Amino acid sequence: MSLTADQDTLAQFRKTYFEECTELLDALQSNLDLLTNGGADEETLHAIFRSVHSIKGGAGAFGFTALVCFSHVFESLLDAIRERKVEANPEVVGLLLRASDALTDIVNAARGGRTLAADFGADIAAMMEDALGSASEPGPASDAPIAAETKVPGEHRYQILFNPHAELLKKANEPLLLIRQLRRLGGLRVDVDTSRLPPLDRIEPEGAYLGWRFTLDTGVPKSVVHEVFEFVEDDCELTIEAERPATSVAAPEAAIAADDAELSVKPVELAAAAPSQSIRVDVDKVDRLVNLVGELVITQAMLTEQSSLLPPDQYTVLIQGIEALAQSARELQESVMAIRAQPVKSVFARMPRVVRDLAATLGKEVRIVTAGETTEIDKTVIEQLNDPLTHMIRNALDHGIEDPATRTAAGKARQGTIRLSAAQRSGRIIIEIADDGRGINREKVLAKAQQRGLVPAGAALSEEEIDNLIFLPAFSTADVVSNISGRGVGMDVVKRNVQALGGRISVQSRFGEGSRFTLSLPLTLAVLDGMVVSVAKETFIIPLTAIIESLRPRANDIHPVVGRGEVLALRGEYVPLIPLYRCFSISGAIKDPCRGIVIIVQSEHAGRIGVMVDDLIGQQQVVVKSLESNYGSVEGVGGATILGNGRVALILDIERLRIADQPASNPLAATGEAASIVSTVSREETHHAA
Amino acid sequence: MARKILAVDDSKTMRDMVTFTLRQAGFDVMEAADGQKALDAMNGSKFDLIITDINMPVMDGITLIKNVRTGTSHRGVPILILTTESDDAKKAAGKSAGATGWLVKPFNPDKLVELVNRVCP
Repeated sequence: MSLTADQDTLAQFRKTYFEECTELLDALQSNLDLLTNGGADEETLHAIFRSVHSIKGGAGAFGFTALVCFSHVFESLLDAIRERKVEANPEVVGLLLRASDALTDIVNAARGGRTLAADFGADIAAMMEDALGSASEPGPASDAPIAAETKVPGEHRYQILFNPHAELLKKANEPLLLIRQLRRLGGLRVDVDTSRLPPLDRIEPEGAYLGWRFTLDTGVPKSVVHEVFEFVEDDCELTIEAERPATSVAAPEAAIAADDAELSVKPVELAAAAPSQSIRVDVDKVDRLVNLVGELVITQAMLTEQSSLLPPDQYTVLIQGIEALAQSARELQESVMAIRAQPVKSVFARMPRVVRDLAATLGKEVRIVTAGETTEIDKTVIEQLNDPLTHMIRNALDHGIEDPATRTAAGKARQGTIRLSAAQRSGRIIIEIADDGRGINREKVLAKAQQRGLVPAGAALSEEEIDNLIFLPAFSTADVVSNISGRGVGMDVVKRNVQALGGRISVQSRFGEGSRFTLSLPLTLAVLDGMVVSVAKETFIIPLTAIIESLRPRANDIHPVVGRGEVLALRGEYVPLIPLYRCFSISGAIKDPCRGIVIIVQSEHAGRIGVMVDDLIGQQQVVVKSLESNYGSVEGVGGATILGNGRVALILDIERLRIADQPASNPLAATGEAASIVSTVSREETHHAA
Repeated sequence: MARKILAVDDSKTMRDMVTFTLRQAGFDVMEAADGQKALDAMNGSKFDLIITDINMPVMDGITLIKNVRTGTSHRGVPILILTTESDDAKKAAGKSAGATGWLVKPFNPDKLVELVNRVCP
């Protein structure tokens, strides 16, 4: 199409277009440089193509004929190169560089309203035509120098599984339109799955009941097929698998290689599409901003608290102003946190490779399906997520998924599936790793736990409790120690890593059908959900993730242990008590546990411990301030925060709280020694695994 | 009958460009300068598609989408977000509010028309 508009409008449109051209030409130039230096991958080729393609598209809208003609030839050659029909040898790359210069000249001429010589660039265009022409002759298979392993032939067959969720329909996405679009790409076979369709009287008008399997024969790369589903990816179950009908052995490998290429595509694509729309900022600067906003939020909370003491009728404007400030501060905080947030894609993208390599080593057939890659989470959390996630994926492959023969015998598909998904749910990020393997063998787990003395013989545990035994240090059900997951699997290490991020981990499993691990992570590390407690005049914060319950014990549940303080008998278990007033030498606190409150927390090293406080004040989100830069590491304290009333409250570090109260010569807890031995063992295992 | 589109953007230039492009392509276009004005327009007419900017005064695009999806008159109508932010966060925010798809500004006129045809039956 072309545009005909009044001069002002057109001038404005043109301005936008030429600004875009500048960005596109810059991107083109830098990507061509990469190509020249041999640092170009598949995606660079796509990016180069897109730059020229976009310039051509806009030129068409404004009727810049010379620009359209030249960029058309240029684009065709680039298309042939990315499709591997033309080899990007030094001669061709040289030609591309010249073409890029000529394109810049033509764009500049169009911008300045100048007319170039009629045959400007004609020689380069002709050379590009030649390069294209020689490609159409059947020649010997060229060994393309760039990313040769991802080389794919022109004709592909894709198997696409598409199960829309109701959410997809709610957002007014229409499966029929997607099908029509797929049909435009090539030969399409559509199989509809009506198995989930309920009887007529039970159909919800807004429910999603149909699923489809498409077989698409087309010349387009996988990314184009993916593009069709661009808007619905997060609202459906979608797998797109490439298959090459001609070859048999190398096919799965190629499919995974294509997957990898696909995964690496997107970040580059974003960078190339809009270079001027993002800026690179030093992380330190962002952290400083986060810190300042934290201060602001604290000051605001203080003002809010103070203003609540004022008579509202006399200070209407002030109180309204403070309310508005609270709103803005909250929004500012969210926006600033969002700067630190990154899509989990960067971590998820590494997993297909882990799966492929490990599956090959183990002789298993496994595919990985990921969902929700665009879910965002704090940069620090992302960075620390890689290890636990890799560990769990490896576990799922090594211990979960059976070998093909066993699977077939059990009536399952030969190929196992690992699903990795991320979603945001009520202020937390939920990451799930599900496999359709053998699941947790509860009998075996329980037997092992009893054998190791982790569970008393004859103890009645719920299924959930048994499943969660695998998170105990030094626990392993692998009969043969493999070099894949290391000794002892290290789920305890995973759990510790996750908890260090303020997260929780749980497992659900069905024997013979698979397991699902669920990680629940905070959106950011800068804010923490805490329980505010008081000890005499001091206030402390206990991270909510560590708390199991709180109670006021009865006198006959408290037992003194000689040289080890007091323990609390809690449903048959002895829980060591840690009086906070003693840890921090606070006078005037309640010393009798039966008059105060005992908060039962889960510590990694010593199991459950009871923290003795005077009173619970309430649950609150607090901004975490590090003490280390000013005070060094303080035992038992993970940081500090400033409360609404302006007072500082220390945030307890449950893991190190024991140590603060317990000199090495005087272990407080009955389980102390056992716990320290166990933790030594698990540390050794960590080294082995590494 | 030509399909009816509501273009919502606080920038007049952007509105003009969208309107212009879509009228050229044969669509019937109405404009609104913010989310609230868009809701008002929807009270009076029925649209086949809504194209909206995200950052706008009075009522932003995300709020507009939420209102449309929880309202009755245009609940099932496709909504495209038109955003200068190419970052996934904005897309995801729009998407989770109920947007059908997105287009990054500055847009290519052909791409806009293609997209409209893609989401609008």
